[in-house]
Amino acid sequence: MKVSILQFPGTNCEYDTQYAFKKLGATTQIVWHRSESIPSDTDLLVVAGGFSYGDYLRSGAIAKFSPVMKAVASYAQKGGKVLGICNGFQVLTEARLLPGALKRNEGLHFISKHHHLRVENNDNLFLKKLNNGDVVNIPIAHHDGNYYINEEGLRELEENGQILLRYTDENGEIKNPNGSVESIAGVCNKEKNVFGLMPHPERAMEEVLGSADGVAMLQGFLES
Amino acid sequence: MKAIVNVFLKAGVLDSQGKAVHHALDSLHFNGVEDVRVGKQIVLKLNESDKEKAMADVTKMCEELLANTVIEDYTIELV
Repeated sequence: MKVSILQFPGTNCEYDTQYAFKKLGATTQIVWHRSESIPSDTDLLVVAGGFSYGDYLRSGAIAKFSPVMKAVASYAQKGGKVLGICNGFQVLTEARLLPGALKRNEGLHFISKHHHLRVENNDNLFLKKLNNGDVVNIPIAHHDGNYYINEEGLRELEENGQILLRYTDENGEIKNPNGSVESIAGVCNKEKNVFGLMPHPERAMEEVLGSADGVAMLQGFLES
Repeated sequence: MKAIVNVFLKAGVLDSQGKAVHHALDSLHFNGVEDVRVGKQIVLKLNESDKEKAMADVTKMCEELLANTVIEDYTIELV
């Protein structure tokens, strides 16, 4: 499996992401944002977390114009698997490859802590290794993680099974850290080959980090 | 010519910063405030003299970059 990881000025999770996928046996490559193409044999394209362009204007707003983003859109249109983590999720919504938008956290604080998530739908290219209702412990670290979509959009997400993860407590009961609509932590596109989530599974790869629940999640991204 | 662009969260989208400021004003006993919205102002100095052309250009800028129309509305004033 070959994983290509996008790097913008300000990206800071590319090496953690690379470490995580290497640990799972994947071949990885970091792709600089000025590249006009992505490696042709890419099985999974990851838009890594961080602060692309310093989050100037809005998170992800400037990154969407980087040369590589045209290649990302065309890769996604052809059915390629695209994963956006944290800032990567913000970039994918700004680029309209995913519905909705990420707003400032309701409490206005940057939140960095372990949080539980419930798997809402595993019928997609990403979460097949997990079961619906599974609760995983995956850290969050964001200032703009408050997912927003209007009512009509929300209905569509629900009808199409595009809501993949919700924030919960360890028992799987809804617990919303940032004001996100319906406590949504991750969504996919209608075609189910583009997935964005605010939490960082690549930071939950070993028990010494507080959780190894990222392993099953990332394995699912590779294998399904 | 200058274009003054104001960007605000759409009506109905919760403005957490506005809410925090409203709360702070209440704490300072400014009780006559019904609602607060916090937005951003972007001032563009243009070398365009045709108002209609300038308005069309800035509208395009707003749609493509300056505002995220999923959550934000914008207004443009030319001066």
